[in-house]
Amino acid sequence: MTATVTEAAVAEGAPSDEDLSLLLTIRAFEERLLDLFGQGMLNGTTHTCLGQEYVPVALEALLRPEDHVFSNHRGHGHYLARHRDPEGLLAEIMGRRGAVCGGVGGSQHIRTERYLSTGVQGESLPVACGVALRLRRVSPGALACVYVGDGTWGEGGVYEALNLAALWRLPLLVVVENNGIAQSTPTQRAMAGTIAGRAAAFGIAHERVVGSDLAAIRRQLAPGVEAVRGGAPLVVEFVTHRLGPHSKGDDTRPAGELARVRAADWRAPYAAAEPERVARLEAAARARIEAVVADVVAREPS
Amino acid sequence: MRVAENLNAALHRALAEDPDLHLLGEDVLDPYGGAFKITRGLSDRFPERVLSTPISENAITGVAAGLALAGDSAIVEIMFGDFAALAFDQLVNFAAKSVSMYGSRVPMRLVVRCPVGGGRGYGPTHSQSLQKHFVGVPGLALYEVSPFHDNADVLAEMFAREEPCVLFEDKVLYTRPMYEVAEPFRLDVHTPGVARVFLDERPDCVVVAGGGVSHRVMAAMRSLLLEEEIVCTLLVPSRLYPVGIELPPGTRRVFVVEEGTAGGTWGAEVAHEIHRRHFADLDGPVTLIHSADSVIPTAPHLEAAVLVGADDVHRVIRETLRG
Ligand SMILES: Cc1ncc(C[n+]2csc(CCOP(=O)(O)OP(=O)(O)O)c2C)c(N)n1
Ligand SMILES: [Mg+2]
Repeated sequence: MTATVTEAAVAEGAPSDEDLSLLLTIRAFEERLLDLFGQGMLNGTTHTCLGQEYVPVALEALLRPEDHVFSNHRGHGHYLARHRDPEGLLAEIMGRRGAVCGGVGGSQHIRTERYLSTGVQGESLPVACGVALRLRRVSPGALACVYVGDGTWGEGGVYEALNLAALWRLPLLVVVENNGIAQSTPTQRAMAGTIAGRAAAFGIAHERVVGSDLAAIRRQLAPGVEAVRGGAPLVVEFVTHRLGPHSKGDDTRPAGELARVRAADWRAPYAAAEPERVARLEAAARARIEAVVADVVAREPS
Repeated sequence: MRVAENLNAALHRALAEDPDLHLLGEDVLDPYGGAFKITRGLSDRFPERVLSTPISENAITGVAAGLALAGDSAIVEIMFGDFAALAFDQLVNFAAKSVSMYGSRVPMRLVVRCPVGGGRGYGPTHSQSLQKHFVGVPGLALYEVSPFHDNADVLAEMFAREEPCVLFEDKVLYTRPMYEVAEPFRLDVHTPGVARVFLDERPDCVVVAGGGVSHRVMAAMRSLLLEEEIVCTLLVPSRLYPVGIELPPGTRRVFVVEEGTAGGTWGAEVAHEIHRRHFADLDGPVTLIHSADSVIPTAPHLEAAVLVGADDVHRVIRETLRG
């Protein structure tokens, strides 16, 4: 039931301008957020998705407007890929006018239309099963997609939900961003066995995605996602890399480990293959985020 | 009609009237019909919307919250209310919070039914009254079944709130008749949602109690009347929280009775509310009457020693009023 595809990042040809811009916009957003924190301009905490931006960008092409997306603490990329709304997100994080949720939710509690994130690990899987149950009845073909990290597989609710999803044949797509770490704890210190083995225990299909080539990922996942729409739940495990700290300034990984993680970044192969296009789109993405920051910072409180 | 039948009829009616309503719980399917038979007949009639689940209180409550989030309505039966502890995260951190934490109000039509209480020898993990653990959660309303409130109305009110509600059902009520009060007392609805058991004479005190202990309080009211000539009025609110008790004019003494054990009780919340509004009118502070600070033992003599009983209510009221 487990499938693995290993691809170099640009094996299947260049990504579209739109995809590349989205990737670079998410990156620019997250990098700028860490700057703002450093300058003391943000309150509370935030978890950036640096290194993992390609996961929601790849999936976005497989999702439909009627699908629901459930996100977690590391959700800015999930939101931006779905809603392309850096203004609303930054306003939410900063508690300024135009905030998606009026500043009540902040970085990890966002809801708009069919998108919802919450900050308690594992909590959203059962909720997504409930939404999937409704979708199956009133909107056949639509699915509920849930993003979770590897560390979240320590929560019992995950297994209660997988069991129900398999038993009730729910259109549930579980996307695991396995970045090898949970806060400070390496996955191998927290997980006995494997995610594949756990999915197999419920008779749930599992796809393991290695590499960040958008086209290859989409080609690998398209049949499984289609099957989800027909009621065959799927666990997709992305082997990915967290480039930044868990939240802000709390990275205790040794230098060698950090170098290994940075070497796996999706950006380098794209930049090597098409330096000019990447530079141009990156400059545009950064300029856009700069403008968003200038705009939102000047707004009154939400 | 007994309370269990009234509740069962209310569920039948709710499922018939709302095509988007689902009921989820463990062993709720016919012919079993739930551990306490409250869901009897529902799955035969509404097989698509009455779902028997694995033993997964967290997930069941989460699924129900997901249904509510997406626009359906849902009722969860927790087999024994004690197990709501396993659903606490979904209720408190997800369902209740979702009403307001996303900046604009998200309607959540969700009712979690919890059979609670002792007196049946089920022991420490199957006999608790967990009301107090849920008091004071923003976006979470608490109700308690009583013999004086039609559960069809109670369910309708809970769904109309569009926020998660917990319905506590004292198990000893299931076999009791509806709307029956001890002679010579009479029953009416005092303010909306609050039943009143009273005599025409001016009462010496008001007793506020959840539905589950109403028979114990009525037995005490009768013995206090006959043996001590103390006249009590009983108020039984359907909604426990937010507290919404109106005291009858002229009230000078108030007692709150509940089966929950000592410490951080619902009664303390009621007392606070009454003190805040009526302190100057009272002859003394509100008196709390509850079970002992203890687990609920299994053996009948030990259980009886811990749980609040009619004799406790009688004794405390007599001592407080007569010294
Ligand atoms: C129930 C719960 N326990 C603990 C936390 C604190 N916490 C937030 S993120 C995190 C690590 C999650 O790791 P993982 O699932 O691998 O996701 P990642 O951060 O790597 O994206 C922890 C422990 C939480 N938010 N919820
Ligand atoms: Mg992780």
